[in-house]
Amino acid sequence: MSEPLLKLEGVHTHIGAYHILHGVDLQVAQGELTVLLGRNGAGKTTTLRTIMGLWQASQGTIHFEGTDIAAKPTPEIAQSGIAYVPENMGIFSDLTVAENFILAARGSRRIEDMDAERLEWVFGLFPAMKRFWQHPAGLLSGGQKQMLAVARAIVEPRKLLLIDEPSKGLAPAIIQNMIVAFRELKRTDTTILLVEQNFNFARQLGDQVAVMDGGRVVHAGTMADLAGDEALQQSLLGLSLAAHQ
Amino acid sequence: MTTPSETAAVQAPEALPVVHPDRLPLLLVPALALLALPFVGSFSTWVTLTFAGLAMGMIIFIIASGLTLVFGLMDVLNFGHGVFITLGAFMATSVLGLMTAWTVSGSLLLNLVAVLAAMLVAMTVAGGVGVAYERLIIRPVYGQPLKQILITMGGMIVGEELIKVIWGPQARPLLLPTAFQGSILMGDAAVEKYRIIAVILGLLVFAAMTWVLSRTKAGLLIRAGVQDREMVESLGYRIRRLFIGVFIVGSALAGLGGVMWGLYQQSVIPQLGSQVNVLLFIVIIIGGMGSVTGCFIGALLVGLLGNYTGFLAPKVALFSNILLMVIVLLWRPEGLFSLGKK
Repeated sequence: MSEPLLKLEGVHTHIGAYHILHGVDLQVAQGELTVLLGRNGAGKTTTLRTIMGLWQASQGTIHFEGTDIAAKPTPEIAQSGIAYVPENMGIFSDLTVAENFILAARGSRRIEDMDAERLEWVFGLFPAMKRFWQHPAGLLSGGQKQMLAVARAIVEPRKLLLIDEPSKGLAPAIIQNMIVAFRELKRTDTTILLVEQNFNFARQLGDQVAVMDGGRVVHAGTMADLAGDEALQQSLLGLSLAAHQ
Repeated sequence: MTTPSETAAVQAPEALPVVHPDRLPLLLVPALALLALPFVGSFSTWVTLTFAGLAMGMIIFIIASGLTLVFGLMDVLNFGHGVFITLGAFMATSVLGLMTAWTVSGSLLLNLVAVLAAMLVAMTVAGGVGVAYERLIIRPVYGQPLKQILITMGGMIVGEELIKVIWGPQARPLLLPTAFQGSILMGDAAVEKYRIIAVILGLLVFAAMTWVLSRTKAGLLIRAGVQDREMVESLGYRIRRLFIGVFIVGSALAGLGGVMWGLYQQSVIPQLGSQVNVLLFIVIIIGGMGSVTGCFIGALLVGLLGNYTGFLAPKVALFSNILLMVIVLLWRPEGLFSLGKK
């Protein structure tokens, strides 16, 4: 088996006096979509923030492409090819959609410098971005902001996308269309680590799944296995897919 | 690359909510000026006072613009900003002292060269000291507001004492070059030439800052960093470097403002910075912490109000700026332009 793109081993994270992650072990394989599931407070968001260096791991290693990035500063981690879409979307609301894109395209100083073909591909996935190109991002609806957050993360090719609860607070129709966009991303072999609480959303996208509880990964396997085992869902997540549908 | 048109694209509602640009604060400056006219009575006096207020406001803006960006980017409250003002002003006394022959000559060109040289030296020295100040005083206390207040106030005191050691504790004259002296008559109103120059220079600095912030990638990063610095870092940019750059530019602008303030008052004292400091914080609070446009409007309001009340009711002038701040904050608790900071 080839080396995973991202590998966390025994990662602990403290935030002030609080011990949040208690030895997280997690692997994300190249070209796959791995879903991180778990209840509120299980440590999913903290895991993503620790990978990005926004909170420093107090113990353990985080290997990305074989290099330990646990002690690296956030900008360096981002420059190594990891894009992050936080739970609050991280949209710069006073800037236009276009300006949000330019900031995400590190290699470009102006719109004209951006890869036009790539931009058209992103617009194909998220047509609202083209329509509202010159509008302040703060005026977009919640769903449009989420699209902008994801679109911004893929405006240049990245090796790994970390996406925190993209379906949160979105209308079912928008969620369904977001699933379509993620499937398109999967077709381009983009590696994604997706944090979700919406199991139905996760089930439709995930290749692999890891379930967190109490700051640890308590289950890791294929999504197909978890989706097909109601008893396992009940024990890990306190729900069954049948009840969720 | 596959074409996503083969798949269903993510649809979104067609229309955005209509939100009108917030122009109300922009009307405050002309509104205040017009409101003062019937109280002042004489139109020519009003013109003179208005130009004096605008000139003072522009100088305050030049000084405070860096301070507001420094706070916006890193939440750093620098109570030592005044030391760069004093430093700039004293550097100007030295440079213009060496170029006295140029400043007293009637040649506009020689006068301009002397003043520009003084401004350039003041900005360079203030910016250079800003590098050391950021490294030694600000950097150890990032994210610790109480310590920031204490240590930057300490930096202000130490800086002021060092200036006394170098230039002495007494006031030093900073006379206007010959070509900048005197007034221009606008109808019956006499407007000092230097005040017109200060207004023009202030507008140029504001235009340059607006251009940089809206048309360059560095400016975009500053605006984004003021809103959400964590996200800027997550996009791969080192916000600390950006902050250092802004801090240096802010210090240099404070140095420039010091030269202009000194020339406005025609003398310089070591306590100049600490005296102006209070005004600066009033201005950036009125404008909305981190907003350059808000800082610009706040500075003009403070400059105008100070001059009108100084003429109409000198005792009120002592607290007019505090009163202005209270009124603005009762209307808009986050200042004239809130930045939706995360």
